[in-house]
Amino acid sequence: MATETGADTSPTTRPLRPTGSLSAWEGMARQYDYWLTVLKRTWRGGVVSSFLTPLLYVVAMGVLLGGFIEGDPDRLEGATSYLAFVVPGLVASHAMTIAVSESTYPVMGAIKWHRTFYAQLATPLAVRDLVNAFVGFVMFRVASACAVFMLVIAPFGVFTTWWGPILAWLSQVLVGFAFATLVFAYSARLKSEEGFGLLFRLGVIPLTLFSGAFFPISNLGPVLEWIARLTPLWHGVSLSRMFCVGQVDWSLVALHVVVLVTLTVVGWFLAVRNLDRRLEV
Amino acid sequence: MISARGLRKSFGDFEAVKGIDVEVRKGEAFGFLGPNGAGKSSTMRMIASVSPVSGGELRILGMDPATDGPAIRGRLGVCPQEDTLDNELNVFDNLYIYGRYFGIDRATCRERAQELLEFAQITEKAKAKVEDLSGGMKRRLTIARSLINNPDLLLLDEPTTGLDPQARHVLWDQLFRLKQAGVTLVITTHYMDEAEQLCDRLVVMDKGRIAAEGSPRELIDAHSTREVAELRFGVGEHEALAEKIEDLGERVEVLPDRLLVYSDHGEDVVTAVLDRGLHPIATLVRRSTLEDVFLRLTGRSLAD
Amino acid sequence: MALIQEIPAPLTPAAATKVLVLRNYVVYKDAWKLFITGFLEPVFYLFSIGIGVGQLIDTFEFHGEAIPYAEFVAPAMLATSAFNGALLDSTYNVFFKMKYEKLYDQMLATPLTTGDIARGEITWGLMRGSVYSAAFLVVMALMGLTQSWWAVLALPAAVLIAFAFSAVCMAVTTWMTSWQDFDKITLAQMPLFLFSATFFPIEAFGDGVLRWVVEATPLYRGVVLCRELTTGVITWESAISVVYLVVMGAIGLFVVRRRLDKLLLT
Ligand SMILES: Nc1ncnc2c1ncn2[C@@H]1O[C@H](COP(=O)(O)OP(=O)(O)O)[C@@H](O)[C@H]1O
Ligand SMILES: [Mg+2]
Repeated sequence: MATETGADTSPTTRPLRPTGSLSAWEGMARQYDYWLTVLKRTWRGGVVSSFLTPLLYVVAMGVLLGGFIEGDPDRLEGATSYLAFVVPGLVASHAMTIAVSESTYPVMGAIKWHRTFYAQLATPLAVRDLVNAFVGFVMFRVASACAVFMLVIAPFGVFTTWWGPILAWLSQVLVGFAFATLVFAYSARLKSEEGFGLLFRLGVIPLTLFSGAFFPISNLGPVLEWIARLTPLWHGVSLSRMFCVGQVDWSLVALHVVVLVTLTVVGWFLAVRNLDRRLEV
Repeated sequence: MISARGLRKSFGDFEAVKGIDVEVRKGEAFGFLGPNGAGKSSTMRMIASVSPVSGGELRILGMDPATDGPAIRGRLGVCPQEDTLDNELNVFDNLYIYGRYFGIDRATCRERAQELLEFAQITEKAKAKVEDLSGGMKRRLTIARSLINNPDLLLLDEPTTGLDPQARHVLWDQLFRLKQAGVTLVITTHYMDEAEQLCDRLVVMDKGRIAAEGSPRELIDAHSTREVAELRFGVGEHEALAEKIEDLGERVEVLPDRLLVYSDHGEDVVTAVLDRGLHPIATLVRRSTLEDVFLRLTGRSLAD
Repeated sequence: MALIQEIPAPLTPAAATKVLVLRNYVVYKDAWKLFITGFLEPVFYLFSIGIGVGQLIDTFEFHGEAIPYAEFVAPAMLATSAFNGALLDSTYNVFFKMKYEKLYDQMLATPLTTGDIARGEITWGLMRGSVYSAAFLVVMALMGLTQSWWAVLALPAAVLIAFAFSAVCMAVTTWMTSWQDFDKITLAQMPLFLFSATFFPIEAFGDGVLRWVVEATPLYRGVVLCRELTTGVITWESAISVVYLVVMGAIGLFVVRRRLDKLLLT
């Protein structure tokens, strides 16, 4: 294998263990075929969980329950129907759910059950490359699921501009990034899968339910409303909704983006560090 | 203890056990010796009363497994080929809870579990998770567990496969102690040394049938010669040379790296070979072992 | 060694069930965090949908009576959490124990039978489920979401729902061969959860065939049963629901036994 030594490791990718010296890009590219086979094996399952489930939610909550809710823009953050209100939030929280599911059990599997990470590390690949490719795969899942979803929803007439949904999609992808890296970091440290049950019950479910996806967080009362504002998902829901509904407050957009990008960067560093420590022993 | 007549087991069209007769008496150590796929485990599972008999007759402890399954199982100890430990319980609870499955009362269960931990030499691991045990410890725990109900009959399916030599010897010691204590043992194995060490009597199984039966000594006497002369010549010469010395033993077997001449007097064979002007690179005269019997009866090609 | 002089007689079904429950108890004792948090999920749903979304909705009609949205959703959460819990226990957990842990194989090496295993697992699931349901009912009562003493009967109703689904789901699980098959379970679970008049009245389906189809599904029966009991608006529909669920559970149990015999006793 042709590898040059030393030289091109930039400060941000300072090797935590000898990396050979693949560039980050090369490190990911070499795992392309591996992840392609994973995708071929598992995409069918993704159809149900990443596509049908949210669609059912849209029909049940948006259409059927929404039929009983008055479309008052003052009470629905500018949306003219409950459906238009709930869809952008649902898709954003869905991006979180996929990102979390794909970075929990699969990460533990690669460490503990199939030990794929160990096998991959026995090659010139470095820990950083493993994290990059893994997160890349998760993000492919998130981005494709959200894109398909937004396309299917379009005929329901819930979008007001053509560019709104595209920016909303990018916000959903950003939500995915933040959660994929943070949860990867969490999973890399976990010794037993019991921790995932807790993560879903105390993390994912409350976030889905209380981050403004189903109702305006102002309904929570002043104290809880502020707590909701601190959650990462709320930033994503709010971004996604502003773009879909077409009432954009650009300063708020900037805040949301900064928060989500910061979380992603922190999550990535933690993920690489934690995985490195975990695979050491 | 066990009596089988024309016992059969089929899985769909495939017949794994093709009519075998077996008789196991109280207090003896009985072995099923055979290559992979011979039908040993299938037979053991029928004896353990968890696998319905497809044909023939089977009585265990005088009862019929089809109707008295729970009663039979209550008096058996079973150590399956694959460890089936309860990974969600710790080591002690594996023994304790398993004992409770037999309806043994709490106090006795606790006491027995403690004793068996000692027996298996894993007392200090009592609170450990099963996952954290080594392969040898797991196997010893499985065997200890199979003893919780003080069984009359202990079934061990390949008890030492996959263990390192130390762990095997520890296990053999323990099984020997059980045998001394009067427990009837039924063991399957594909290790000759194990069969010779542990079994009073054994059957060699191949492709679902019994190929031979007897004590290890009887089997060697019946199916092999007293000694074997191993002759090593240059690479590629063996085939041709075999014809020249065919008459020197009861049987000559050609292997890629040597010739095996089966004869009661190995030294004489070697002398005769040299007399004929042949010059082996190396020679070795040894006693016949169960392995020779085994390979003779089940062939050298892989079964699966 | 302490010799057990007489061989204990094979366990009675009741004793066998007790031992299997003991085994699960010993395992879950250490997983108390999971046990406690399991109770939170329906409460979260109640607060989020019932109260958060409820502020956008005035009242719903149920059997001609106007009731606030939270009171409408709460009993549905009680029923669906019994359903979800039973489903999780008897699909994922049973599959894992059967295929990966080989737990039932070791049990069958003892005097236990497949019938004991089916009863033991389902009983354990029901015991866990009833603790959750009871806790949820208390929360409902404290929030003033129960309207009559009939509500006390919602606890056995929830247990009945759990029983019916446990038995059927366990039967279905015996046909599964890989984790991929669980997508099919999700495929049944999500529509049941979302469309059994859980979050909106059955009238949303109109008056046509669709409504009748929904009324014939098991979770809908469970939801209206709980809703009639907690709101105190009891009709003959409750009787239908009870019979429906009992029959469903009995059939499930029967099939489970047959299938376990076939699968494990090879
Ligand atoms: N449950 C089963 N279904 C189908 N075939 C089986 C089953 N169990 C064993 N067999 C087949 O029966 C034959 C004998 O297997 P087994 O009794 O496990 O042999 P051994 O223990 O001697 O290695 C093998 O060819 C195996 O593939
Ligand atoms: Mg075998």
